[in-house]
Amino acid sequence: MAVLTMREALNQALSEEMERDERVILMGEEVAEYQGAYKVSSGLLQKFGAKRVLDTPISESGFSGLGVGAAMQGLRPVVEFMTWSFSMVAYDQIVNNAGAIRYMSGGQYSIPIVFRGSSGAGLQVGATHSHTPENWYANVPALTVITPAFPDDAKGLLKSAIRSNNPVCFIENEKLYGFKDEVPEGDILTTIGKARVRREGSQVTLIANSASTHVALASALQLEADGISAEVIDLRTIKPLDIPAILGSVAKTNRVVIVEENKPFAGWGAQVAFEIQNRSFDDLDAPIERVTGLDVPQPYARVLEQAVMPSADRVTEAAKKTLA
Amino acid sequence: MASSGAKKVKSKEKPGKSPAVLPTLTPSERVDLLRKMVLIRRFEQKAAQAFMQAKIKGFCHLYIGQEALAVGSISTLNRTDAVITAYRDHGHALARGMTSRECMAELFGKITGCSRGKGGSMHFFNKEKHFHGGHGIVGGQTPLAAGIAFAQKYNGTGEVTVCYLGDGAVNQGAFHESLNLAALWKLPVIYVIENNEYAMGTHQSRSSAGYPLVKRADGYDMAGITANGNDVDDVREKMWDAVQLARTESLPSLVEVKTYRYRGHSMSDPGNYRTKEEIAERKKESEPISLFKERLFKEKALTEKQYEEIEKEAVAEAEDSIAFAESSPEPEVATVFEDIFAPEDQIAEFRPPIGS
Repeated sequence: MAVLTMREALNQALSEEMERDERVILMGEEVAEYQGAYKVSSGLLQKFGAKRVLDTPISESGFSGLGVGAAMQGLRPVVEFMTWSFSMVAYDQIVNNAGAIRYMSGGQYSIPIVFRGSSGAGLQVGATHSHTPENWYANVPALTVITPAFPDDAKGLLKSAIRSNNPVCFIENEKLYGFKDEVPEGDILTTIGKARVRREGSQVTLIANSASTHVALASALQLEADGISAEVIDLRTIKPLDIPAILGSVAKTNRVVIVEENKPFAGWGAQVAFEIQNRSFDDLDAPIERVTGLDVPQPYARVLEQAVMPSADRVTEAAKKTLA
Repeated sequence: MASSGAKKVKSKEKPGKSPAVLPTLTPSERVDLLRKMVLIRRFEQKAAQAFMQAKIKGFCHLYIGQEALAVGSISTLNRTDAVITAYRDHGHALARGMTSRECMAELFGKITGCSRGKGGSMHFFNKEKHFHGGHGIVGGQTPLAAGIAFAQKYNGTGEVTVCYLGDGAVNQGAFHESLNLAALWKLPVIYVIENNEYAMGTHQSRSSAGYPLVKRADGYDMAGITANGNDVDDVREKMWDAVQLARTESLPSLVEVKTYRYRGHSMSDPGNYRTKEEIAERKKESEPISLFKERLFKEKALTEKQYEEIEKEAVAEAEDSIAFAESSPEPEVATVFEDIFAPEDQIAEFRPPIGS
């Protein structure tokens, strides 16, 4: 099996899908001539030409809506946000147009579009560039929200997202672009809406997504050193949420820590906690704990930002609290 | 024929493409335009009545006074060209050939409505008729239009997209972003500003800088065209230029059409921002149906008696649409969970066996 970085895996997914289906196009800021702000689209202009790989002006509302219109007319656009933090100025297009036109029209339109790009905090880029917006988009009924943590899932899920007939928010994390791992060769498709157990354990379940999965895995090593067996679930897809996978693990460990980089209020972890207490109340031996980004705008200074980010130490502490 | 200081279209003639001049309509085709305008007027009046009787709920924005604009402009399109508009969408839908029944039923929230009762007044859709909404957020439809035009160009269909917006929408960012993209990528789209002078209750003089509004085309090096929206012939003539530019050269344009709405912004608008005298004055000088009717009389294309017949038919059709809407069933509550997701017929999990 090949070892690829996350950005190489994403690039393969885009390339293979563009090869397979002429209706797939890629547009966004710096995706073509510049080869991608994070090099995810590297080489695609040379391979598929300027008709299918389009540099857009810095105009997120305009090109997001243009993508939705093109999808209404049968194309399958992949729209890149240089970072999802910039999607805020396109929010109306994503929520009211991508997210509602099928329903509002009584099912006349499919909107096969993928919005994708970088997200996340921890790299000292300040409050405007550090958002993890999966909560905001998961709140829209018709949107699918995918947040991969590993290169193989990134490839398999992006290919599935492009083949989906529904609008998908595919939210990558900047911290992971250089992360390397094994990726099966060829045409892999990963089912949207399925979580993956990334580490088996028996005493506490750590539920995470995206970069937080790696925080949870680091904590699991700390816990192991202290003789505690932690299971790590990578949700992979925030919407739809894989509730059976979550409940299955809770039935085994009876203790839960949710790890999420986003801010706590109405974060996806709050929804996960609700589902567990509502459906598996008797399985719980301790209150559910959450480790999230702290409820402040993201600061710049390193020591301040490190305090805000979820860390393995905080997760370990929370896990021990559930076992106390 | 009224002529309103149109800007020169920056078009280079390309021989051998579709006709460069607007095809002349036969007298009966001209009467059909009037018929459509009258139908829209009577449909809207019936909708207003039904709204007052609380049979139509929510928002209801009427097109009365602006009929020549939708009818004239859409009459210059081919059947497969795309039409998209904002929330004052009943007139465009009817002009596009959607039935009074499916439109009225949508207003009544019935399952027989054009959006299965899920859209309401502001969100009419009929994909088969290439009527792509019906959009509720001011200016929000303008990037969609660029995208539809992008796909038309990508697929090389030779079709064009017409996107309507109000004078209040010209200050939205999405509109400017759309103009830039349309001009930059040479998209076959025509943006039509329906300038009825009021952004809800705020006169354009209090909401926009930079007149005339069509000047916004200059900043993006697009053709800017103006037309008199009370004159269906003038609308047709000016729209034709824009449509040809899009169809033969894949160039966008901005068309500003001067019009006036006789009713409130919506049914719940008391209209305190303008006087009754102002409305009466406008009706007197430029009511689009009378203007066109008188012209057809002069041309001997229409008699008084024939006009009465058209009126009768329009009233009958509007009444029939009310009866249809009233007698149509409510949506089954279970349909609330339908139409959210398209079937995922393309994805099946696949992973090659390890070592393969």
